[in-house]
Amino acid sequence: MAKDDTHAYRLIGTRPNRPDGLDKVTGRARYGADMALPGMLHAAVLRSPHAHARITRIDTSRAEALAGVKAVITRADLATGQSGEDWNLTENTLAGEVALYDGHAVAAVAATSKFIAQDALALIDVEYEVLPHLIDVDDAIRPDAIALRPGSADASVPDGSPANVVKQIEFGHGDLDAGFAAADLVREGRYLTEATHQGYIEPHACVAQLGADGKGEMWVCTQGQWYIRKMCAAVLGLEAAQLRVTPSEIGGGFGGKTTIFAEPLALALSRKAGGRPVKLVMSRSEVLRATGPTASASMDVKIGMKRDGTITAALCDFRMQGGAFPGAPVDMALFCALAPYKLDAVKCIGQDVLANRPKAAAYRAPGAPMGAFAVESLIDEMAQELGLDPLEVRLKNAVREGDKSSYGPTFGSIGLVEVLEAVKAHPNLSAPLGPNQGRGIASGYWFNHGGETSVTVAVSEDGGATVSVGTPDIGGSRASIALMVAETFGIGYDDVRVNVVETGALGVNEPTHGSRATFASGKAAVISAKAAISEMCRRAAADWGIEPEAVEWIDGAAVPAGPNAGQFPPLTMAEIAAKMGETGGPISGHHEVTAEGVGASFGAHVVDVEVDSETGKVTILRYLVVQDAGTAIHPAYVEGQYQGGAVQGIGWALNEEYVYGRDGRLQNTVFLDYRIPVASDLPMIDTVIVEVPNPGHPYGVRGVGETGITPPLPAIANAVAAATGVRLRHLPMSPPKVLAALKARG
Amino acid sequence: MSKVHVSATVNGDPVEFLADPRESLLDCLRDHLGLTGTKEGCGTGDCGACSVLVDGTLLCACLVLGVEAEGKTIGTIEGLAQGHELHPLQRAFIDHAALQCGFCTPGILVASKALLDQNPDPTEEQVRFWLAGNLCRCTGYDKIVRAVMDAAAEIRGA
Amino acid sequence: MRYHKPDSFVEASRIASAAGRYRFLAGGTDVLVQMRAGISTPEDMIDLKGIPGVGDIARTPEGGWRIGVAVPGAVLGRHASLKADWPGVVEGMNLVGSTQVQGRATLAGNLCNGSPAADSVPGLIAACARVEVTGSTGTREILVEDVPAGPGRTTLAPGEVVSAILLPPRGAGGGDAYLRFIPRTEMDIAVVGCAVSLRFADGVITEARVALGAVAPTVLLVPEAAAALIGTQGDGVALAALSAAAMGAARPISDRRGTAEFRKEIAGVLARRAATIALARARGEPA
Repeated sequence: MAKDDTHAYRLIGTRPNRPDGLDKVTGRARYGADMALPGMLHAAVLRSPHAHARITRIDTSRAEALAGVKAVITRADLATGQSGEDWNLTENTLAGEVALYDGHAVAAVAATSKFIAQDALALIDVEYEVLPHLIDVDDAIRPDAIALRPGSADASVPDGSPANVVKQIEFGHGDLDAGFAAADLVREGRYLTEATHQGYIEPHACVAQLGADGKGEMWVCTQGQWYIRKMCAAVLGLEAAQLRVTPSEIGGGFGGKTTIFAEPLALALSRKAGGRPVKLVMSRSEVLRATGPTASASMDVKIGMKRDGTITAALCDFRMQGGAFPGAPVDMALFCALAPYKLDAVKCIGQDVLANRPKAAAYRAPGAPMGAFAVESLIDEMAQELGLDPLEVRLKNAVREGDKSSYGPTFGSIGLVEVLEAVKAHPNLSAPLGPNQGRGIASGYWFNHGGETSVTVAVSEDGGATVSVGTPDIGGSRASIALMVAETFGIGYDDVRVNVVETGALGVNEPTHGSRATFASGKAAVISAKAAISEMCRRAAADWGIEPEAVEWIDGAAVPAGPNAGQFPPLTMAEIAAKMGETGGPISGHHEVTAEGVGASFGAHVVDVEVDSETGKVTILRYLVVQDAGTAIHPAYVEGQYQGGAVQGIGWALNEEYVYGRDGRLQNTVFLDYRIPVASDLPMIDTVIVEVPNPGHPYGVRGVGETGITPPLPAIANAVAAATGVRLRHLPMSPPKVLAALKARG
Repeated sequence: MSKVHVSATVNGDPVEFLADPRESLLDCLRDHLGLTGTKEGCGTGDCGACSVLVDGTLLCACLVLGVEAEGKTIGTIEGLAQGHELHPLQRAFIDHAALQCGFCTPGILVASKALLDQNPDPTEEQVRFWLAGNLCRCTGYDKIVRAVMDAAAEIRGA
Repeated sequence: MRYHKPDSFVEASRIASAAGRYRFLAGGTDVLVQMRAGISTPEDMIDLKGIPGVGDIARTPEGGWRIGVAVPGAVLGRHASLKADWPGVVEGMNLVGSTQVQGRATLAGNLCNGSPAADSVPGLIAACARVEVTGSTGTREILVEDVPAGPGRTTLAPGEVVSAILLPPRGAGGGDAYLRFIPRTEMDIAVVGCAVSLRFADGVITEARVALGAVAPTVLLVPEAAAALIGTQGDGVALAALSAAAMGAARPISDRRGTAEFRKEIAGVLARRAATIALARARGEPA
């Protein structure tokens, strides 16, 4: 296996087979729904058919009387008296007095078979008083809009704000008026995006068991077993330490599996059913109706530009609805939207707005794609108007190390210029274009994240290493962590096993989110391995009768540090490990930290499209992703993240959207109508990995999962504009919208 | 709602199970036969995660009743490798990093095998259209298509 | 739910006549989805696949085709002679669902599901296909366009079952084509579908039938669109008239799959494109 570059590393940068590959190509890997336990019951959930309705009566007696039904739960079975996010999670788990969106859970049943559980749902009598509903974010802030959840606003919201604004953010620097005054061209636009879903192929699933003693266990597909534990404990009034959560293999998450939906229901049902295990597997339509899609957005952007392309000022005013609960990622959208640009004058305002939709969850670089759509579209439009190359405009204004970012902090080592230069050098930029074809470019940004991390690396008796991490492996992180640990120890990749462990095995870990698994678990694993190496050097020193400081670790073995230390043959890791019982006991390294040293990642995408001028259909002809990885530990899985992010962005740009009827009910609750890209929609996705190492990680890792979904929305809009002369400011650019725009152009 | 006794051959082995007539073949494979390699992603025939071969025809197991399996020969992901000998497609998927979460992988492998059985030398376009009913949300399909093309070449001895 | 596997259509019809909520099962690609969604809760499921001949595609003595009700799309697609006669019918059926769905889904099921967006139905109607229907009083034949009664409904009487699909002889100078518009390249329900079947003799179009899907509660046969072609050479003027007639006949709704305005527009585009292909086929030219 050839190395991808000229690093001095032995293993990092190679492409070995992933450790879980064999299980995953043979069907042996066990996901959420693949677990069964003796005595297990099956659950089903009753959901509100209304977008907004007061629950005036629930009678579960007929369902309880059905043979085979072992438990029926309603809101009365959850904890009371919480506040803040715990309260919101409880409200979302089961509706209390009011059902807040179509699909909001109202009751749940556990029975001896799936069919009995389903049949029992029809026997639960619920009376609703239907209330007026709000779906659109701009409708929700109109002065005459009904207040969905009075009292939900936090202190950031100024008095006199619209009723459904629950959070407000405002930041910036410099003299905005002077900035706009100095511009040769000032343009503004309103940009709209619709809610989309992460679309992971594995529906949420868990098997849970909870006794009357408050001790419970759960098998669950999740990005974060500790988050599940903490949230379930809060919603059910349990002590977190009494709950043991084991993560299954996970069939995709993209942020959507960092929170709870089915899990507390299964636990509550088990508790009510005498502690029998309960399996709850969501259907696809439940996933689309009642898990956590992303927000929809309405965004105003104003930018000032000089004739040479220099941006003099930028103003963003964004509104997002994230469902009937606070949490739309308007803050992160604003932080990221202007991040690629060095700005002397900038102001950002954001409002988080309630609507009768499901509670938004994270979706890959939450908020960033929407903000990029608005800003990158307008910059492209202005570059065209000034006759400037949009790539040169981006280079001219690109942030570099030491620049103050648009959202405040000063950038450390970053690779935006290197990314844009790599774009410029790529052959896709000179591929010829035919009629009705156009090319678009856009930049994107994601902070990346460190977070709470706890890792143990244990030396095995035969000189291998077992790594325990708390971050579920969604896209190959076992492989990347094994590479780093093997590199550090100086042993083989196959001598390391990385296990994703349950909540009892490590200190608290944040989920696999924020592109942090390879960065944070990887960094903690390397530090842990170094601690184990120190201990092995100490054992060698004791064996040789010299000071530990006189021993160093080279190529998997302890050796005397120079001639003054003495003449001893190297002691290999296997030799030290074989005797560890007699030399002081087990050898391991452990590290826990709220990981710092995060390296932000910039990317830029170039896309060529063709537009059918008679139908408005957009076809992706060519696609290029260029992104700074810091160091690509396993380049194949880095490319995979780039390609996957780009294609999710393509779906968001062209066809994916939550479609609501006038009744406030979700219209597209199956994959037939929630249209994620299929294989035949796409070309190959070309990638270039730029490596500007992150000094905050021992091997230079930045994190690569999220930046890649940020540029596609504007890049495709810019390409459509180039192909047709028509600027689409409302996603998705589905054929009816594109055709209407073409006809309006005439 | 009495159950129906079903006899079939799965991955070469004779099997028997009792099916509620409403149960899908997918549920029967997973819940009665313990063959959980076949996945449910949608239950509506839109995602292909439950792809199986029934008498040699590629189907979604969620769109077949369990009782329809009577007398049929069924192939699932668990039957793709011969003992420790992986099918070239399985090796190609590992070698090409053609999986991330791995949840769609069993269905895509079964579907790809059905393609190569009838068309040993597919074009990229043919692979993409054949697999259009197998949704993958992680990879963007690039490495999957490459893996299938490479496995096809290997099988052809190219 | 009781599962039945009768060995004749008469028996199938008898079981259905005695049943309350029943469904016939051919490919099952709609029935199982509806059961899963709770839209359909049959008490009796009558599997037609045990009836002799349901998997056959046979030439009729007149030179047409008799297609069994359990013949899946993939098998139709591999039948060279049928495809040579009625490429539009076959391509319509082959657009239904994925490769996996093609292994099960049938013409009869696609028709009896009653969807106005059914991909195989416009082609059958344009081809002047009929179905054989078996009921308690024997069998009868009806035109395909007389089967759908509205979304999810057919004109078949309780207990009646479609027992074969019948295509007429193609004859000389014939060509047909079906096109649909979907937002992706696969896996979508037609936003609009259009089939055109025509005959080209001595330099003019002598016969034509045009059918539109997903623009009305049932698939529409549009005689005025056909009239725009008949007697012409299929030139630009005729195609423009065809487009206008198709747009004029469309009376679509707006829903999650497209707006009414968009559907009307696309009906015109597809009619022109499908007619162009059908004409090329009729003339023996590459489409």
